[in-house]
Amino acid sequence: MITKKDVQYIAALARVDLPEDKLEGLTKNLTDIVGYVKQLQKLDLKDIKPTSHAVPLTDALRKDIVKPSLSNAQALSLAPQAKDGCFKVPLVIE
Amino acid sequence: MTQQFETVIGLEVHLQLSTKAKIFCGCANVFGSPPNTNVCPVCLGLPGTLPVLNNQALLYAIKVGLALNAEINPFIKFDRKNYYYPDLPKGYQISQYDLPVAKDGFVMIKNEQGPKRVGIKRAHLEEDAGKLMHDNTGNCSLVDYNRTGTPLIEIVTEPDLRSPQEAYDYLNILKLILQYLEVSDCDMEKGSLRCDANVSIRPVGQKEFGTKTELKNMNSFRSVKSALEYEVGRHQQVILSGGKIMQETLLWDDEKGVTAGMRSKEQAHDYRYFPDPDLVPFTIDDKIIDQVRAELPELPQAKLERLIKQYDLSEYDAGVLIMDKAVAYFFEQCCEKYHQPKKIANWLNGAVLKEMNERKTSLGNLKLTPAHLIELIQAVEDGVVSNLAGKEVLTDMLDSGYSAGTIVSQKGLAQVSDDSSLMAIVEEIIHQNPTVVEQIKQGKPSATGFLVGQAMKKSGGKANPKKLNELITRRISNA
Ligand SMILES: [Zn+2]
Repeated sequence: MITKKDVQYIAALARVDLPEDKLEGLTKNLTDIVGYVKQLQKLDLKDIKPTSHAVPLTDALRKDIVKPSLSNAQALSLAPQAKDGCFKVPLVIE
Repeated sequence: MTQQFETVIGLEVHLQLSTKAKIFCGCANVFGSPPNTNVCPVCLGLPGTLPVLNNQALLYAIKVGLALNAEINPFIKFDRKNYYYPDLPKGYQISQYDLPVAKDGFVMIKNEQGPKRVGIKRAHLEEDAGKLMHDNTGNCSLVDYNRTGTPLIEIVTEPDLRSPQEAYDYLNILKLILQYLEVSDCDMEKGSLRCDANVSIRPVGQKEFGTKTELKNMNSFRSVKSALEYEVGRHQQVILSGGKIMQETLLWDDEKGVTAGMRSKEQAHDYRYFPDPDLVPFTIDDKIIDQVRAELPELPQAKLERLIKQYDLSEYDAGVLIMDKAVAYFFEQCCEKYHQPKKIANWLNGAVLKEMNERKTSLGNLKLTPAHLIELIQAVEDGVVSNLAGKEVLTDMLDSGYSAGTIVSQKGLAQVSDDSSLMAIVEEIIHQNPTVVEQIKQGKPSATGFLVGQAMKKSGGKANPKKLNELITRRISNA
């Protein structure tokens, strides 16, 4: 059972600004989704190997070779704000 | 009655792996470039890009795992560790959760009771984050993503360490092993090697762990030790005065010598790990493991034992030699051509090490060859130059790269051993020190050493001290 508190917590973790009037509906939706997944618990899965990936593929590797990077201007072209070759963000205090 | 506490410490070491390219993209993995010049759509986390694992990073991680006596997982995967911070462009870090590259290893350290096994819980691959800087106006922060995607291996111990000293010793031994592997420059100043610590205390005899605090921001092994010492003291004080330790992350302030809570209260760690759908799993078969195992160098402890046995060295001498893989190798090269291991070790661990420290450089950067060092040692042994002048020759040799013979003749450092040249000096010294001469005559031969020292000085360090001693003794007893 998903509570309103759970939804608010998840929203906070995901930095989602959740309007009060959406809370009720989202809580119900999430409860339904979790309930759907719960159906699996009724099945006998003891011979099924855990799924680590949806694609039946392993070992996709690249060689240790350097490829060209973006230029500084290209890298910063998508930044809302930039300064001194860097991405500018609100002040972070530790 | 004072209550006795036991300290419990666990360490997490992050090591940057020195691959050529980053872990999931082709950007150069280098330190010190202008900001945001080694970045691409993958490491900037732009939508629609896909990470692909660098094979070399995986091989290095296996190498580290094997060197730490760990079990290599035959099947590994990558997971997303979700948190928001501007140094993390994607809003998650690609890391490994339940299937790390290596698990259940150990490192041997020594304490007063003898050898001690420090369990390695796991070693996993992950990507480094970017670098956050504060601009001089103080009202914004700047981010450089060059470091983003640098391959990291995180090495986590079991809570097996029982004192800040043990933590310090473990770190030094671990670093030496990692240096031997040549998978990283292990430079703490550049941030290639970083260490966080977990610490708690409990009454002696209690099974359950006490509440732990996590310490960050230590930039040397010394500061790890200091931070732990401070924190153990703080825990004791709080508990003895009836208080409770709060589980939290604290930052070490090296200047003030205290730990302090973080101003921005981080959200409770809830990283919501889940398998990264962008990366497929990886299989590590025995063939790969055997291949990496075959490439493992002789590790420090094995080298120590072999050097002691093979060259009949003291544990101390061998211990100093193995602290630097390059020096130990150089030592063995010298021994092949000159069968005086003890003398070679003395020179390397003494004069050469001193020069390396003074010049803040490594042996590889000095213009020293085994042949040149052997020639120098032989010159000293044969009495061609004094021990003192020999050190001067070494200094010159490291600057010029010339051989000992060349330097000795260029600088006129050859030791003076012939009686006639030395006698003049002896006469002068005896003349200048009548009281000392009297003392020697009164039966205090140890005073001769003083006169030899004076005569050595007079000769500019070139006189043969043995010969001087002989001449002075003879001259005084004949007078
Ligand atoms: Zn990149």
